[in-house]
Amino acid sequence: MDLSSINPILLIASLMVASTPILLAAIGEMVAEKSGVLNLGVEGMMIVGAICGFATAVETGSPFIGFIAAAAGGAILSLIFGFLTQYLLSNQVATGLALTLFGLGLSSLMGQSYVGIKPPATEKLDIPLLSDIPAIGPMLFNHDIWVYVSLALVAAVWAFLKYTRGGLILRAVGESHDAAHALGYNVIFVRLAAIAFGGACAGLGGAYLSLVRVPQWTEGMTAGAGWIALAIVVFASWRAGRVLLGAYLFGGITVLQLNLQAAGVAIPVELLSMSPYLITILVLVIISSDRNRAALNAPASLGRAFHASH
Amino acid sequence: MTNEPLLNIQGLRKAYPGVVANDDVSFAVGKGEVHALLGENGAGKSTLVKMVYGLVKPDIGTMTFDGAAYTPGSPHEARSTGVAMVFQHFSLFEALDVAENVALGMENPPPMGQLAARIREVSEEYGLPLDPNRLVGDLSAGERQRVEIIRCLLQDPKLLIMDEPTSVLTPQEVEILFQTLRQLQSEGTSILYISHKLEEIRALCDGATILRLGKVVGSCDPREKSARELAELMVGTELKTPTVASHDLGQVALSLTNLSVASSNPFGTSLKDVSLDVQAGEVLGIGGVAGNGQDELLGALSGELLSTPESVKFNGNPIGHLGPNERRTLGVLAAPEERLGHAAAPDMSLIENAALTANIRKNMVKNGFLDWGKAKAFAETVIKEFDVRTPGSGNAARALSGGNLQKFVIGREILQSPDVLVVNQPTWGVDASAAASIRQALLDLASEGAAIIVISQDLDELMEISGRFAALNEGRLSEPRCTIGLTIDEIGLMMGGAHGMEVAHTHQSEGAV
Amino acid sequence: MITLEKRPTPSKLWSYLTPIVAVIATMIAGGIMFGFLGNDPVAAIRTIFWDPIFGEFAFYYRGQLLVKAGPLILIAIGLSMGFRAGIWNIGAEGQYIMGAIFAAAVGLAFYPMEARWLIFPLMVVAGAVGGILWAMIPGILKTKFNTNEILVSLLLVYVAESILASVSLSLLRNPDGAGFPGSRNLRQYESSANNELIAGWGMHWGVVAAFIAVIFAYILLSRHIMGFNIRLTGESPRAARFAGVNPDRLVLFCLGLSGALAGLAGMFEVTGPAAQISIDFNVGYGFTAIIVAFLGRLHPIGILLAGMLMALTYIGGEAAQASLGLPAAAIQAFQGMLLFFLLAFDVLTNFRVRFGREVTA
Repeated sequence: MDLSSINPILLIASLMVASTPILLAAIGEMVAEKSGVLNLGVEGMMIVGAICGFATAVETGSPFIGFIAAAAGGAILSLIFGFLTQYLLSNQVATGLALTLFGLGLSSLMGQSYVGIKPPATEKLDIPLLSDIPAIGPMLFNHDIWVYVSLALVAAVWAFLKYTRGGLILRAVGESHDAAHALGYNVIFVRLAAIAFGGACAGLGGAYLSLVRVPQWTEGMTAGAGWIALAIVVFASWRAGRVLLGAYLFGGITVLQLNLQAAGVAIPVELLSMSPYLITILVLVIISSDRNRAALNAPASLGRAFHASH
Repeated sequence: MTNEPLLNIQGLRKAYPGVVANDDVSFAVGKGEVHALLGENGAGKSTLVKMVYGLVKPDIGTMTFDGAAYTPGSPHEARSTGVAMVFQHFSLFEALDVAENVALGMENPPPMGQLAARIREVSEEYGLPLDPNRLVGDLSAGERQRVEIIRCLLQDPKLLIMDEPTSVLTPQEVEILFQTLRQLQSEGTSILYISHKLEEIRALCDGATILRLGKVVGSCDPREKSARELAELMVGTELKTPTVASHDLGQVALSLTNLSVASSNPFGTSLKDVSLDVQAGEVLGIGGVAGNGQDELLGALSGELLSTPESVKFNGNPIGHLGPNERRTLGVLAAPEERLGHAAAPDMSLIENAALTANIRKNMVKNGFLDWGKAKAFAETVIKEFDVRTPGSGNAARALSGGNLQKFVIGREILQSPDVLVVNQPTWGVDASAAASIRQALLDLASEGAAIIVISQDLDELMEISGRFAALNEGRLSEPRCTIGLTIDEIGLMMGGAHGMEVAHTHQSEGAV
Repeated sequence: MITLEKRPTPSKLWSYLTPIVAVIATMIAGGIMFGFLGNDPVAAIRTIFWDPIFGEFAFYYRGQLLVKAGPLILIAIGLSMGFRAGIWNIGAEGQYIMGAIFAAAVGLAFYPMEARWLIFPLMVVAGAVGGILWAMIPGILKTKFNTNEILVSLLLVYVAESILASVSLSLLRNPDGAGFPGSRNLRQYESSANNELIAGWGMHWGVVAAFIAVIFAYILLSRHIMGFNIRLTGESPRAARFAGVNPDRLVLFCLGLSGALAGLAGMFEVTGPAAQISIDFNVGYGFTAIIVAFLGRLHPIGILLAGMLMALTYIGGEAAQASLGLPAAAIQAFQGMLLFFLLAFDVLTNFRVRFGREVTA
């Protein structure tokens, strides 16, 4: 065992990288849930995003186009969910599960010929001056653009929900779709937009996995990241700032356990590799045990189908 | 009032599969007129105003507004034309604050800071004080209505639609609302006022259109007609008032002593120190504005909400800790307000819904196995005895009309011969003839020696059938009083008066409680 | 303009028809998908749905049908109870793994003692207990701390997979296995073997258990007060409370039952077709069973049929892989698609679709 082999600067830098896929997926899902839609298909949208992004980046040689394709792939897949739940009023839980199962199958199908290939590298932004600051520079300012995009998205979502009329309408729809409908808002349109945004974000998160974090394509490579993103939304009580906190916390645990494994700490490897899941469960328990607060923060129409009868 | 009407409706028709909601409806609302739309539940009032507000498109017919053709495609268009509406089931968002709720109902709201100031200003001007920063979920029903009204007033509407606005108000609050409406009228605003409460309409309105089964059956100046005449126009037949058979009261069957129960809903009202006694053979009426602890009281009595054993006693024995089925075994039964989704499961058949509460007292379960034959027989008995109109006991509960399902729900409990029966809003949203038969059934049950608690927001109903009356206000129950000789003012004070809107009233209400 | 209009009473006819329509739609859409992959759509569909039962090698495939359908039905029956009550156990895969591990551990503890009458039943019990314990984690967390059972049960699948990897490398590793991961072969150990009861039929004890579960579930749902309470809770939780159903007890019952059945499925698999604990022991039955449960409309008889159909797609998929070179993942996508179509057509059970123009004034 050699703990000194763990470099805190690299640890924090890799924490940011490890957190980004989940952060992207979680912030998107949070917007969808704020509009009253529970989409359990995050895992499926992520993995489809992962292969769409990977394949496109390999074919075009441009990781950027890959990310765009991933967002599009995730959004298209999410709109299947949107069509089923919003127009055909299918059960959101079941449809979300279907999305995950379908996404896992579809992605392996699409990824047949991409196993074992290396994708074109996503360049790091060498932010002048900032990245030269000792310690802090390599820690915070020596990442690829998508790390900063994810942070900007969190800020944008926060500001959108808090300060804009669109954000107010989105929250209103998630709170009571009947009242929003009575006031003349198009509940289905708002929800479809939120679902598509969630899908695009999940797609980006998946592409970040396959193009930057790993970077490689393997079947089922999301390994539960989508589910953890869902858990982080609950942990965050549907607040953007806390989504960031939750994602980085989770990323920290993942990176730390990987480092501990590498350092040969005398904890069984299996225990370390299951620790992110166990800690997620633990955090969920702590957050949800305060029933009143959990009920107050959750969008009141979350998961309920909307049908304007008259 | 000028000769040119503000809103003119010609030959509107709207049909839904299996039901014509409105047929050839024509009437006009003049400028500055308060016009009543009068009709029973199911007469088609709501559909009609939804068409005026742009939520529903008429099949045939035309409307003009201020002389121009008016075909609102959405509430947004209606609002920009100058139509505003206060909904019966509020279109409010509990987890958002007052200012956000107001902004959502406006076409071009000013920035939040300015809006909050405007809300303060306008609400003071009309005597409806409101704090723009409070969460709507924390407001009382009366305050919520104020949010809706202020939302409308901020847009300077030419026509204000109010759908059953007084059902959530105490008599004192109704008086304040009427003052506001008269003030608006004097400023030239027209008001379309929907109600089935005749005295209110006579006190407030300049003209009235009466709807029955989707059609206009008459129009009149309500001030020139008696309430009885209006009622007969509205219902179409002569009304029967229930007969109270005089009988002696027995022992105290159910007693509550300092019952305090926390609500399970974050925006609900917890019960605080509720005490009462009901004797066998007695009907105790419990009034109060919606959201003051009615659901919680029913839950605490049905066994859905548990309390300390001693705070609820049946024939002297503590039952506060017992669940619904244990109470049913003893003979304490209940019928909640929400028919679909609480008293009955919407997609289940009437047979299954009969088993829902009656499986114990009607011996439908043996060794854990349900005897569906018995359940079917019992369901059919209820259908027959209570004149429930349905093609058969195999039909889903949601296929029944409100009145028929309510008869089924009440009948299901009554035919289990309870010793104590608690009902919440027994005739809510039910047509007049069904309501009359339900009230009669409750009175008959009492005369057979059952103790009955009727929780209702319909004061006329409570005065008609109960011997004593008490009111819930913010989770507290007033001292029950004999209904004979009780004035409407006294009742209002028991319900909480004007809820602090007028200082003089609150002081009196403290004294009255 | 197309509008949906709620039916006063759910359509019985459509509730039977939707699964069939969904299967047909999936065949068409799947055929198009296979076409894009460069296969003859008709040949692919025939290879998947027809050949395993009526084709040249049907004698082999027919036996496989029950082998695959057994665990799917067993797990789906358990899941359907919870799904009906609105309790979403989606971690059956984890409970399946834990059932197998518990059962294998008991069996291997007795090795090489010969006492089938004792050991095999003990393993059955251990399998059920393993599944129940694993399912009780989300159950207890939900009832005590209000924690979302969907997320917890799913996350526990990954934990169970880690445990599976761990025990196949250490605790349960075959000491005579030359260091290869994986346990002893439980099928070759007389006391633990779950062999075919009738040669060539694929009928083993797990399939028998699945049939028993179908009958048990049918009676429970249609006649027993517990089944009534389950259905009532799913229809309307508030009405269920009013009817005296204790929601916490119901959560524990449904999760316990589905855990037990998933654990049993794992037990019968590890002692039968899989024959040993190994890192890749689980093949996704726990997830496919979710599709089976919905496709069977959460009805025991429906699940029986759906389980058979889904088993057919597995076997047909293998056949198509062998003869047409269709990728294995295609079947997974195909199964996901089936669930989509089912959920989509389900709208017809509760709603009437009306075509026609809305007349505006």
